Amino acid sequence: MAKTNKSEPLFHIAKRSDMTLKKAILVRVIAIFAALVVCAIITMITTGLNPFTVYGSMAKGAFGTARKSWITVQDTSILLLIALALTPAFKMKFWNIGGEGQVLIGALATSAVMLKLSPYLPNPALIAVMFVAAILAGGIWGVLPALFKAKWNTNETLFTLMMNYIATQLVAFYIIVWEYPKGAGKVGIINAKTELGWLPRLGSSMGGKYLLTIIIAVITTIAMFAYLYYSKHGYEICVVGESENTARYVGINVGKVIIRTMFISGAICGLTGFILVAGIHQTITTSLVGGQGFTAVMVSWLAKFNPIIMIFASLLIVFLKKGAGEVATSCGLNESFSEILTGIIIFFIIGCEFFIRYKIVINKKTMKGGNK
Amino acid sequence: MINFVSFIPKAVVQGIPLLYGSTGEIITQKSGNLNLGIPGVMYVGAISGVIGAFNFEQAVKSYEAAHAAGGADAFLTYGVPVLSVLIPMLSCLLGSLLMGLLYCFLTVTLRANQNVTGLAMTTFGVGFGNFFGASLIKLSGADVPSIALTTTSKYFSVKLPIAETTGWFGKIFLSYGPLAYLSIIVAIAAALIIKKTRMGLHLRAVGESPATADSAGINVTLYKYGATCIGCMIAGLGGLYYVMDYATGVWSNDAFGDRGWLAIALVIFTIWKPDMSIFASILFGGLYILYLFLPINIDHMEYQQLYKMIPYVVTLVVLVITSIRNKRENQPPASLGLPYFREER
Repeated sequence: MAKTNKSEPLFHIAKRSDMTLKKAILVRVIAIFAALVVCAIITMITTGLNPFTVYGSMAKGAFGTARKSWITVQDTSILLLIALALTPAFKMKFWNIGGEGQVLIGALATSAVMLKLSPYLPNPALIAVMFVAAILAGGIWGVLPALFKAKWNTNETLFTLMMNYIATQLVAFYIIVWEYPKGAGKVGIINAKTELGWLPRLGSSMGGKYLLTIIIAVITTIAMFAYLYYSKHGYEICVVGESENTARYVGINVGKVIIRTMFISGAICGLTGFILVAGIHQTITTSLVGGQGFTAVMVSWLAKFNPIIMIFASLLIVFLKKGAGEVATSCGLNESFSEILTGIIIFFIIGCEFFIRYKIVINKKTMKGGNK
Repeated sequence: MINFVSFIPKAVVQGIPLLYGSTGEIITQKSGNLNLGIPGVMYVGAISGVIGAFNFEQAVKSYEAAHAAGGADAFLTYGVPVLSVLIPMLSCLLGSLLMGLLYCFLTVTLRANQNVTGLAMTTFGVGFGNFFGASLIKLSGADVPSIALTTTSKYFSVKLPIAETTGWFGKIFLSYGPLAYLSIIVAIAAALIIKKTRMGLHLRAVGESPATADSAGINVTLYKYGATCIGCMIAGLGGLYYVMDYATGVWSNDAFGDRGWLAIALVIFTIWKPDMSIFASILFGGLYILYLFLPINIDHMEYQQLYKMIPYVVTLVVLVITSIRNKRENQPPASLGLPYFREER
């Protein structure tokens, strides 16, 4: 095993498989707690507030009023949806970091239908066509890198990354084609008068505006959980992710699984784009997704690809974003503060994984090398 | 027709940050580390340089105020020009180095996933840059309206005096600041080291097959740390060049844009060759601003957006072609993106 050195190293690292779930969760909780302490210290240094005030006003920023709470839950749902979309691809070890572009292209398809077909279709049919267009557009955007991966083993991380910017420029192109009024450089609220193609509010209370997004996110979470853990497809994804050779040996058509999974991944991203345009913003901008395609990669990974844990992971990230935004604004500082805090928390969680997967064995001189 | 004498220098200044970024990332990727944190590192490099320069300028100001009567002061005439370049540069290198160490600690020592770590670094780095860029004045309590580093930045954009007198030749080849020439030297040096030296051979071995390299007695961890940290420091200089020379010392949030990702695209486009990157960066820089030089049709401003898409489409085509042709010397390092754990072999 190890090279024969003159002196044995003081310690070595060994893989561990004996950590119980309880202990693993405990390690992560400790890591998050440590990260929050570091965040508090940094906030103290930059703003001069004491840490309890900081987390107090962070909570106020995220859940201070009923409206703020609804928006926090809605934003969590959107981030959750993108993370869910990326998850089947990640389980397959297909690094789809093109969520940003897939959501945008779904949003673009939605807006196109909304703008161009609203005079010809009744509202329910219009929404149905928008929905299908978004899912197809997102799906195709996801399948493209998969086709090349399956056929020629083209590096998917770099491929999906490039597709993000192609999508962004495509959106920028159409924004100018559709801009209203001419020369404004933006599309404006689509169908502002007729509200055609807008997703309906559920109920007349304040939450009604946000409820549909949340319901879709909940349904997708459950569906994705069932798909990954209780379906044949989910099993195939798992096998391909663990070892392509094993998958081939047991008769799984690896190329087919890659393409099918990436279609699903892209389609759910497209669905998110559909919700963003038809349900929330009713317009399209190049910054519609705002980097959430990348944040979702981290959310999915933080949750160890488990859809249920993903709910908490996305809530944590959105809470930080809203909370740190509030703290920064109230101190007259820049809102990007939240990204620093998010980064620190993720670094800690990434780091703590090590202690879950490995253990450090201290070599005692009397039992040289025999430690397992 | 495009006026090349004015187009090429603009393409070059756009290309220099990309060249720094791609050279850094090529060195990093040669060791098998796919560092998607490069955009963040470039932001951190830029803002660290700005923080250094800003504090230095404030110090110089108070020094001037204290020694106003002195007239010709040795520190002001000799010390300031040297320190104006040294301090921002050192703080830039330090900031980027810390980012590189963080990435290595997480991915090499703690064996974390490289994609996630990289993306987290980008989130953190861009946030760090924008936060300090917008809050530096408030945090330091200085009474200036915006960050405009005139004293220090003028030393970064010093041009050769003969650039003015040699006509088109001077404009195309001599009209850049020192950091621009440094980037080309760094790229050539990196190419030579990777291709010609034993150290480069070891580095490539680590990237292709760390297990083989390890059994040949190469210190894999050391090479991964070294390559990634040096790569990050080089990439950070790209950010410094952008803010101190191109933007003449004026920081504005998000101005650096997606250049970091474009630098990663360049790595593929040049098939992992820093010397190719010199030309490719200038080409990409040109594509980045090409739309400004093409005849503008007021009725069809939208085509500008499609021109901006060209660098990414071209990169995609190169990526696909290299994977289809499957020539062994044009492939990504075989262990790119994979963690190495000796006991797992």
